[in-house]
Amino acid sequence: MAIDKTDVLRAAHLARLGLSDEEASHYQDDLGRILAMVDQLQGLDTHGVAPLAHPLDATQRLRADEVTEPDRREQFQRCAPAVEEGLYLVPRVVE
Amino acid sequence: MQWETVIGLEVHVQLATRSKIFSGASTAFGAAPNSQACAVDLGMPGVLPVLNETAVAMAVQFGLGIHAEIPEVSVFDRKNYFYPDLPKGYQTSQMYHPIVGPGEVEITLEDGTIKRIRVHHAHLEEDAGKSLHEDFHGMTGVDLNRAGTPLLEIVSEPDMRSAKEAAAYLKAIHSIVTYLGISDGNMAEGSMRCDVNVSVRPVGQETYGTRAEIKNVNSFRFVERAIAFEVERQIELLEDGGKVVQETRLFDPERDETRSMRTKEEANDYRYFPCPDLLPVVLDQAYVDHLRDNLPELPADKRARFEADFGLSAYDAGVLSASREMAEYFERVKNACGDAKQAANWVQGELSGALNREGRRIQDSPVAAETLGELIRRVMDDTINGKAAKQVFQALWNGEGESADAVIEAKGLKQVTDTGAIEAMIDQVIADSPAQVAQYRDAEPDKRGKMIGYFVGQVMKASRGTANPQQVNKVLKDKLDALC
Amino acid sequence: MHDKTLTELAAGLQAGEFSSRELTQALLARIKRLDGELNSLITVTPEQALESADNADAARARGDAARLNGLPLAIKDLFCTEGVKTSAGSRMLDNFIAPFDATVVEKLKAAGTVSLGKTNLDEFAMGSSNENSFYGPVKNPWDTGAVPGGSSGGSAAAVAAGLVPAAMGTDTGGSIRQPAAFCGITGLKPTYGRVSRYGIIAYASSLDQAGPMARTAEDCAHLLGAIAGHDLRDSTSVARGVPDYTAELGAPLTGLKIGLPKEYFGDGLDPEVESAVREAVKVYESLGATVREVSLPHTHYAIPAYYVIAPAEASSNLSRYDGVRFGHRCDNPADLIDLYKRSRAEGFGEEVKRRILIGTHTLSEGFFDAYYKKAQQVRRLIRQDFLDAFEEVDVLMGPTSPTPAFDLGANKDPVSMYLQDIYTIAVNLAGIPGISVPAGFVGKRPAEGRPIGLQILGTHFAESRLLNVAHQFQQATDWHRRRPAIAEEAR
Repeated sequence: MAIDKTDVLRAAHLARLGLSDEEASHYQDDLGRILAMVDQLQGLDTHGVAPLAHPLDATQRLRADEVTEPDRREQFQRCAPAVEEGLYLVPRVVE
Repeated sequence: MQWETVIGLEVHVQLATRSKIFSGASTAFGAAPNSQACAVDLGMPGVLPVLNETAVAMAVQFGLGIHAEIPEVSVFDRKNYFYPDLPKGYQTSQMYHPIVGPGEVEITLEDGTIKRIRVHHAHLEEDAGKSLHEDFHGMTGVDLNRAGTPLLEIVSEPDMRSAKEAAAYLKAIHSIVTYLGISDGNMAEGSMRCDVNVSVRPVGQETYGTRAEIKNVNSFRFVERAIAFEVERQIELLEDGGKVVQETRLFDPERDETRSMRTKEEANDYRYFPCPDLLPVVLDQAYVDHLRDNLPELPADKRARFEADFGLSAYDAGVLSASREMAEYFERVKNACGDAKQAANWVQGELSGALNREGRRIQDSPVAAETLGELIRRVMDDTINGKAAKQVFQALWNGEGESADAVIEAKGLKQVTDTGAIEAMIDQVIADSPAQVAQYRDAEPDKRGKMIGYFVGQVMKASRGTANPQQVNKVLKDKLDALC
Repeated sequence: MHDKTLTELAAGLQAGEFSSRELTQALLARIKRLDGELNSLITVTPEQALESADNADAARARGDAARLNGLPLAIKDLFCTEGVKTSAGSRMLDNFIAPFDATVVEKLKAAGTVSLGKTNLDEFAMGSSNENSFYGPVKNPWDTGAVPGGSSGGSAAAVAAGLVPAAMGTDTGGSIRQPAAFCGITGLKPTYGRVSRYGIIAYASSLDQAGPMARTAEDCAHLLGAIAGHDLRDSTSVARGVPDYTAELGAPLTGLKIGLPKEYFGDGLDPEVESAVREAVKVYESLGATVREVSLPHTHYAIPAYYVIAPAEASSNLSRYDGVRFGHRCDNPADLIDLYKRSRAEGFGEEVKRRILIGTHTLSEGFFDAYYKKAQQVRRLIRQDFLDAFEEVDVLMGPTSPTPAFDLGANKDPVSMYLQDIYTIAVNLAGIPGISVPAGFVGKRPAEGRPIGLQILGTHFAESRLLNVAHQFQQATDWHRRRPAIAEEAR
């Protein structure tokens, strides 16, 4: 499956990656070759094969409903770029 | 043209777990911003989710409560999108294999008939944080305390046909989750939130019309109002030759209208895929059976039992089973007084009136159920009359006595049934009311029945309400008639 | 001291020949002298290291020595270390001081080890050459014109150069085994779920696994024993007892059934690498093993399947780097979209962006079934190939990489770089364990050549067996004792 520049820009937007036009062309080329390599999969008949999401056939273990985490806001916010009154600041979100 | 309204609801219920769905941070409401957002909730590099067993149990209990299939395997998926209140850039949810399969919820229509609303499925997911739009130098503040709170999203089929049905369905869900104790159902605090899908179609048409989704309609009243507005808007649009656009709308309670959310400039592509950090959840039959065996009696069963065993009307049974607290209170009153109908009358009458006046919840009633039962027993055994009973209730409500008997004693409200005492009071009233006696005597016999009321009133007053009214009536009539 | 194995150092500490402080000081001095050129460490933590060393010495004096008491090592900069910069080799996390320890780091501390610092890596562990690091490429100690492999290239180079006796790595598609092979050391990727992933910055969650890198299989056995085990904080970690991985190291290999996957000896395999591997197999025959050819028929689908699954998971795992709660944030964002797009464009390097774009594209509406679901189906077939093979043989052997370390800057094309991982990637898809051990050199004289790795694979949870098989080889050969010139000169 070939990939055009619109696809690259669409993926970049979904992934919130800023790309210049030049970069988009560059990635279009790379992605096209990677997808061509990936397309070898289409040659394999996988009819009736169940997808494998995890390498071990394990099932989810459940955690007891207990509060184990103390308030560590101060430590956690030490590496935050913009904080005020305990809140993380982002440019105004318009609803 | 005649239009039919078609409504489906997506109800998000916050589950009343102590800790979050995938972390050990507290879910308590109202903490300082981000003080209950741990490394996992913040999506710190390298952290991993571990599923809360109580969230799973609560979801299954809900499923059993709506007689739903509980699939053996359910799987968590990631719903990918960027938003400041979504720390990881994805919401962990269940897209393809939800924990609760198809089920149904009964609602009672206004005419008393029961309608079944099908539930398509219910799935577990994590709640997002909150964006606070107060002005921080033109910035928005993000509080992630709520991020990771377990949500059960309950998705109905488009089975509702009016705003009233939608509200009844929402109330039914509310009553099921609160009965089960899996949510506090507090809509004001956002413990229960609702998205409404509304469309209209000409009566008789099979296919559905284009629907609009109204987001975050967060009270029973708003659900009705939002739907009423939206239905009118859509019909008007269609009758003017327009088309309904499939879109997301917001309900504005202040203006009583829905508005298009125009911020989504492109179609979303959530790129769902199975969360590789979580494994399939497998529920064995023994586990599900154990939860089923320990399920409390649910509103529909309770209502049926109140009708069948207590002989209550469908209406009374419905009101009294609407909330677990109401039903429990009623049953305690009934056990204390031994008479379901009397208990029903008092709970729905005097008690509900007082609660409504003061905006209290039944679980906060100052009159305990056993005390009210005792009071009713005193009416039934003729210790006090109905009028005095209301006085006793008011006194108990105001905290003026420990028990009904204590209030009756203190206020001297014990009913006078001693014939001699009653006769003496009547004689006194007759002696003090020559003019009224004369009128009575001169009146046509069929008018006298009305006139006797005056004398009854005087006697009751003289007895400070304690005389037995039936007895007073009978003796008065005999004595007055003897004078004629 | 720097050329001793971890096991030998443990004996020296135990015998009181030197203290942990002395050992730590010696190695810190070596790092100072040599790492300017190698660039194997992003962060060196001398104060913390000396404090840990003193604590370890004190514990030993009290008779309270932990299992790896006082032994120095380094940790790939993908593991969160509380109070220490944890960069993932990315500008995105250049300012990130982790507020907690990864479970592996906690366990290593509890075992008494002394961390000297954080090793360089391909950004977010995406790469096979260590050229994708924000902190610059790592040089191969055997030949500073060559790459050390990746993504755990810093860990491999640091061990090979004698800066540390051991280091922690992670392996998503070969990131422990391939750099171990390129740098002439021993590296073990355990079974998926054997070692907790908690606190390891995720690349591809269903493939990532941490493991030890050291000079010998015996050292790896000691380290694995310290880091393996069930972790309540990682749902995918396995609740299974941790054996003493050193217990069976000495078991004879008589009757061992070795399978050679014919697909691992095909086109593209460097002839010198092939002959070194075949020589190694002969050594095993001399130790009593039997050898047969087996087939892993879906081998050639492993790389395509991996480059769907890994980027898809990565595209989602890396969404959390949005400039809001930690990590790089662009200057003066105009609005929210600008904040996201510029912070991420500035914070991530080219290979990371490439994989995010691929993963985002293949998960998009309309492509999911053709790519992601298909790749997961192929993943099952690949796992089945291994399970079938292990019905017939005890272990599989082959080259770790088709070539020895290539020159820095030689591999510009991403796809041809990806194809280098042909022998390692399927192992992650299947979740089985694998170990790479030194098995020779390409080049005339060993001291100037580039190392060759022999890869040994076992079925799920067969780590004891793999370590035993690797150890017996190291008892019979001395490839693992060879040291690069840089390490010798610095004496």
